Amino acid sequence: MNIQRALARGILPLLAAFGLVSVAAPAAAWEPTKPVEFIIPAGTGGGADQMARLIQGIVAKHNLMKQALIPVNKSGGAGAEGFLEVKAAKGDPHKIIITLSNLFTTPMATGVPFNWKDLTPVAMLSLDNFVLWVNAEDPYKSAKEFLDAVKKAGPNTFKMGGTGAKQEDQILTVAIEKAAGVKFTYIPFKGGGAVATQLVGKHINATVNNPIEAVAQWRAGKLRALCVFDDERMPYKTKVTDTQSWYDVPTCKEAGISTEYVMLRGIFMPAGVAPEVVNFYVELFNKVRATPEWKKFMEEGAFNQTYLTGKPYADWVSKAEVLHRDLMKEAGFLAKP
Amino acid sequence: MEEINALFHGFSVALTPFNLLLMFIGVTLGVLIGVLPGLGGANGIAILLPLTFTMPPTSAVIMLSCIYWGALFGGAITSILFNIPGEPWSVATTFDGYPMAQQGKAGEALTTAFTSSFIGAFFAIVMITFLAPLVAKFALQFGPPEFFAVFFLTFCSFIGMGKEPPFKILVAMMLGFALAAVGIDTVTGQLRLIFGWHELMRGFDFLIAVIGLFGIGEILLSMEEGLSFSGRTAKINTRIVIETWKKLPKYWMTSLRSCVIGCWMGITPGGATPASFMSYGIAKRMSPDGAKFGTGQAEGVIAPETAAHAAGTAALLPMLSLGIPGSPTAAVLLGGLLIWGLQPGPLLFVEQKDFVWGLIASMYLGNIAGLIIVLTCVPLFAAILRVPFSIIAPVIVVICAIGAYTVHNAMLDIWLMLLFGVMGYAFKKLSYPLAPLVLALVLGDQAEGAFRQAMLMSQGDMRIFFSNWLVGSIMGLGLLMLVWPVLGKLVAQLRKSAA
Amino acid sequence: MRSAEVVVALFMLGLGALVIFDSVRLGWGWGTEGPEAGYFPFYIGAMICIGSLVTLFQVLLGEQIKGLAVKWIVRAKPARLHHDRRKDHEVFVEWSALRLVLQVLLPAAVYVLGIQLIGIYVASAAYIAVFMVWLGKYGWTRGLIVGVGVSAVTFAMFEIWFQVPLFKGEFNPLSLIGY
Repeated sequence: MNIQRALARGILPLLAAFGLVSVAAPAAAWEPTKPVEFIIPAGTGGGADQMARLIQGIVAKHNLMKQALIPVNKSGGAGAEGFLEVKAAKGDPHKIIITLSNLFTTPMATGVPFNWKDLTPVAMLSLDNFVLWVNAEDPYKSAKEFLDAVKKAGPNTFKMGGTGAKQEDQILTVAIEKAAGVKFTYIPFKGGGAVATQLVGKHINATVNNPIEAVAQWRAGKLRALCVFDDERMPYKTKVTDTQSWYDVPTCKEAGISTEYVMLRGIFMPAGVAPEVVNFYVELFNKVRATPEWKKFMEEGAFNQTYLTGKPYADWVSKAEVLHRDLMKEAGFLAKP
Repeated sequence: MEEINALFHGFSVALTPFNLLLMFIGVTLGVLIGVLPGLGGANGIAILLPLTFTMPPTSAVIMLSCIYWGALFGGAITSILFNIPGEPWSVATTFDGYPMAQQGKAGEALTTAFTSSFIGAFFAIVMITFLAPLVAKFALQFGPPEFFAVFFLTFCSFIGMGKEPPFKILVAMMLGFALAAVGIDTVTGQLRLIFGWHELMRGFDFLIAVIGLFGIGEILLSMEEGLSFSGRTAKINTRIVIETWKKLPKYWMTSLRSCVIGCWMGITPGGATPASFMSYGIAKRMSPDGAKFGTGQAEGVIAPETAAHAAGTAALLPMLSLGIPGSPTAAVLLGGLLIWGLQPGPLLFVEQKDFVWGLIASMYLGNIAGLIIVLTCVPLFAAILRVPFSIIAPVIVVICAIGAYTVHNAMLDIWLMLLFGVMGYAFKKLSYPLAPLVLALVLGDQAEGAFRQAMLMSQGDMRIFFSNWLVGSIMGLGLLMLVWPVLGKLVAQLRKSAA
Repeated sequence: MRSAEVVVALFMLGLGALVIFDSVRLGWGWGTEGPEAGYFPFYIGAMICIGSLVTLFQVLLGEQIKGLAVKWIVRAKPARLHHDRRKDHEVFVEWSALRLVLQVLLPAAVYVLGIQLIGIYVASAAYIAVFMVWLGKYGWTRGLIVGVGVSAVTFAMFEIWFQVPLFKGEFNPLSLIGY
């Protein structure tokens, strides 16, 4: 047992790192020997936090792992705190991290030294959509009507609320501005829930909240969904409000804004871990995805359920990095060297 | 009357033997969590949340809200006995609670604190029961300018109270603001004041500073006076609760005012911390004994405790009805709701009647259960002060270190705690005040954030702070508080010249 | 008292200067969209500097000038600023008292270093025991019982019950028992 553990912890990853051995599903698969720390590089109550705590709940309820999974919020420095910790924990098989777009945006905007290549990709759990929301009492019935009004009112008249500065919401706002030839005043808030409430209270004119952040207000008839920033409609056809399902929300492309943006909700772990360790977690998330709780959560939050692991996942991430760099560069958000 | 029926239905849902058992377990666990600084109600609930997934949602939320009650009650214990606030909103409780304990009135201070918490929370629950829909609408009125106005009012009601040299007050307060600014700037996303040291990125957490300044600083101070705590002579008898209760009714005005402040701040959601500071500041202004605040006045314990707990309770309302958490604990509970398949938001009250009214009923019951448990333990808590100093002092240092570590799981924070401890000692000796420093550290970045959001909205026009009746009247109230001491003097002079 | 005042005021002055320095880097103007990132920190830093300078001034110069200067600057009643005369002559801390304070402070620093190296649990047990024996004049047996007892209770509570892993040090001695 001890020798095995030593192998898993030290020697094998070392050899694997030099490409000397390929560990092809050993007879006794690796399993965590102590509680696994699940780092959330965001505050409590946000989208990543909700998902991580749901996973913790599912793992505990269905007994998917012998050791406990313990979520820890490390939100300092727009998530950099969490990422730096995982970067520093090279070879630690008892640490995983859930990511959002700040995996790319934080190092680019602040110059904090880390990159996703410092981590081992485990699995993409889903992609989170972005929807353009307005207050239901406003007269705009479509994205086109809304953007025409924004254009007519002149630059900086309409206020767009979002989470954080130089992160996904602001990047998307800049992308909309470029595509539609308008200019918003972007106002950063601390969390998605607060942004949705500010829109209900009419302190701002529009938001690009994720579905899960605004669904409650949408169902209550306080907000209106204008369009979704994805290349196809959200597939969920069950009625969410009295009249609409997520599928009824048109894509922004249909509405004439050719802007697409989805956010990664994926799992990474420290570099230098053995492939069998990664396999264990991939298996774990396969099991999580099969549970009814997960399926329900996916539907409620209208997630894009793309699931990737291994090389396809890494390829997706590196493409997304290039995309973010371009968007941030255009918006002038890159940290000055 | 509809509410009353619904509430009684709620009681019938909550009052099963199984749920009652959960309540008592929850409160006891909560007190334990509240006593350990750093391991606040939010952490406690986050840690124990998974345990509840196997129960029906109503039982689960009853247990969790009882943990929350317990933690609220527990936070006051360390503040009063050792000057270590376990939670941000317990800081104001130390101002008069700890001097009371030093004078041997620990039992009285604890009873006052617990009773006040109960009253504050109870007031808030009654409000939630009857005014929920109305109140939820009020919360929507609050945008960035209104939030800034609330912070402004908090600072104004607290400023100019100290007896320390004015320039030292200034330096202490500004130091608090400077520490609060360390880390990432919310509005521009730039890193501020970290000088390339990435460990500082998470900023100076308030709890680390407070554990050091108050907890460690206090141990160093008591060391100087020889190996003892001054509260040792506390008389401990079981009738202390009744005796204290006899004295409390005369402070009804302070209680009522604090309840209102607390509910208002909980709903908006400004939160329990500004509520406690604001309530303490206003009580000091209004009370005839105002000048004696800080020397161990019962009123100085009543005001912050009542307001903090009214706010903490009222914060659950926006969470349930709007889906915005008014406190970190409410945020974690919100996550719990989602896992149980309940969608918080305006429709929760319509679609999940059993759950909502079961929860409200459990608030009544949990609060009462909590009060009974903590009050019976008052003599026990007070007896802790009788443990010899050379045993309790290192244990407190250990608890402080653990508390500092658990806030962010960072070793650096333990070093910072020690540094803050030395600073707290030096500040106390040289009469730099700690309260403005702490207030600025807790609310500084939120106030700045709200101000700059408002400036973005108005494109730099300051008139936004007087643009509607709500923000205008809060700002006006703040300005009134600012000139209050001057006004008081003027009135006194006029009276003198008239006489 | 005086030298301690001067040291703290100089320290604060340094901090204030540091804050101003970084604010200028961030931009301390009032942009088209309200204050920039360094706007508030700049004035905060400036006020720390001013406050410390005045304090320094008050400590170093005599009572009279202090009263006058303050009257002139803030138009406050000088009486409020008068220190207790006795206090000014008193040493910051009596030497014997300082010795007592250092008796707590130095072990505490060693304790934190201990946490860094061998983790919270082992360091805490040792710290409590040593503190009791040295300062409380208890016997080693009692010290060790209390120290190990407190550590064991904490361990049970955090590692086993709440499952909050605490810091176990760079050289984790508890790895011998599987933690």
